Amino acid sequence: MARRDSIRARVDRLELPFDEFGVDPYGISKKHLAFAYEVLGFLYRRYFSVECRGIENVPARGRAMLVGNHSGGIPIDGMMVIASMFYAMDPPRLAQGMVEKFINRFPVASLWSNRTGQFTGLPEHAVRLLEEDRLLMVFPEGARGTAKLWSERYSLVDFGTGFMRLALRTRTPIVPFGFLGGGDAVPTVLNAYALGKLVGVPYVPVTPYGLALPLPVKLEIEYGTPMRFEGDGSEDDEVIVGYVDEVKRRIAEMLDRGRRLRRGEPA
Amino acid sequence: MRVLIPGIAGGIGRRLAETLQRAGHDVAGVDIRPWGDVPAGIEFHRVDIRKRAAEDVFRRQRPEVVIHMATVTSLMVRGEERSRINLGGTRAVFEHCRAYGVEHAIFVGRHTFYGAAPDSPLFHTEDEPPLALHTFPELADLVAADLYAATALWRQPALTTSVLRVCYSLGPTGQGTLATFLRGRRVPILIGYDPLFQFLHDDDVVRAIALTVEKRPRGIYNVAGPQPLPLSTVVRETGRTVVPLPEFLVKLALGRAGLPRLPPGALSHIQYPVVVDASAFRKATGFEHVFDEGATLRAYREAFPPPNPGR
Repeated sequence: MARRDSIRARVDRLELPFDEFGVDPYGISKKHLAFAYEVLGFLYRRYFSVECRGIENVPARGRAMLVGNHSGGIPIDGMMVIASMFYAMDPPRLAQGMVEKFINRFPVASLWSNRTGQFTGLPEHAVRLLEEDRLLMVFPEGARGTAKLWSERYSLVDFGTGFMRLALRTRTPIVPFGFLGGGDAVPTVLNAYALGKLVGVPYVPVTPYGLALPLPVKLEIEYGTPMRFEGDGSEDDEVIVGYVDEVKRRIAEMLDRGRRLRRGEPA
Repeated sequence: MRVLIPGIAGGIGRRLAETLQRAGHDVAGVDIRPWGDVPAGIEFHRVDIRKRAAEDVFRRQRPEVVIHMATVTSLMVRGEERSRINLGGTRAVFEHCRAYGVEHAIFVGRHTFYGAAPDSPLFHTEDEPPLALHTFPELADLVAADLYAATALWRQPALTTSVLRVCYSLGPTGQGTLATFLRGRRVPILIGYDPLFQFLHDDDVVRAIALTVEKRPRGIYNVAGPQPLPLSTVVRETGRTVVPLPEFLVKLALGRAGLPRLPPGALSHIQYPVVVDASAFRKATGFEHVFDEGATLRAYREAFPPPNPGR
């Protein structure tokens, strides 16, 4: 299915309001998307040979929030989720991540993240995009999630609660996903926080072979059935935390099952 | 209605004056800049808005509507004089509005009020405070003038005040910050950055202000029309050449070799976007732009073809 039409033709099928210059109101550009998907396509199909399950759980249209775990010290998890929404869905969808603030300070990274719809993780951005029925990708573990070491690769750290309030406020269904293999692709043994501070990022992950370049291991993404919660986002923290825990539990279950399958144990 | 326009001799001011006159209004204006060829029926006084002679115009004309456009950017006036014009002038306008019973005051401000910073959101709404003033101090007096004008909303309840934060104008007048920046053959861009620019055709800016006169919306409104575009697209589609340079070279090169002049703080505005949400204005006035982003760029290109098209 994915190979039948070229990348450019798939970009044309993205249901976004592009203008005569191939740019949408947020500055997302067809030209930049096509180039990015070319690179992501190679990583998705060849390098990591990503296995994607439950894609039918992602709504074809309308607002939705993909919520999952961080896996790996560099954002290959987000990139592969974006790739799966483009290559495994029909018609393709653009997943828009909520990016760490430091990215925008770097030349090139700032340009490419903005031209491909990966905006700074501000609540204003999230609400606006969801109200325009776009597909948001959220990692509620935040930067703490990418800091997981190899030994912690199947664990989940604390979830932020902001995503749940935003989902309630905008009445957005949450599609939970579990991401496996990122910890094997980037086996972080330690995070260099001092070095990170020096170059302007939260930390720099270090692997047994030094640089955090990902190894070509198999990655897996499982999308679960959409979850809807009652409320308007103004609920007390304990209600919100309860909802967040439900999402976290679903993701933990998917990770558990996937981990046993990975080891060849019965699910 | 009797309309007085401080700052009438600018590109937008002149067109606005003619538009309002055609619509049947009595139009007068003051400006320190000359206007050689004032159309018949428009009353023009070449005076400083802060001087006694400007107050005399208020007293004689007794305007019902005042459209304050007599503010300047760092591209036009440098140093302390700019802040004296922007703040002293705005204060004088609102004092005269009170003294001479003006019904409606329109402050024509700029969308750059919100500032450009790496963590600022796209599509600012009117309730947001200005950001990143420390990186671009030359903007501070315009921000202060905007906020000062807004205080009229509670200080002068009898006066209907509309504060407009208008995005860049572009088109046949060739005036305005963006138009000036694009004037040369080559336009510098910081390597690795390509912020969105939001602009409105000169005639649409005039239309938006004329509609504000008609509808009298009270409050603060962002004014914009078509969707924004990346700076590199704006440069190319106006027939210019993009010159990607690292930051230190841009600082050195500005004002030389056909490149535009900018204060150093303005670099953040070619690094990060200032984009506004203008839905409140559309709702309050029914404003719709006539020229989309492509038509606006082509209009500018036609009026100002790139100088010596070498390649």
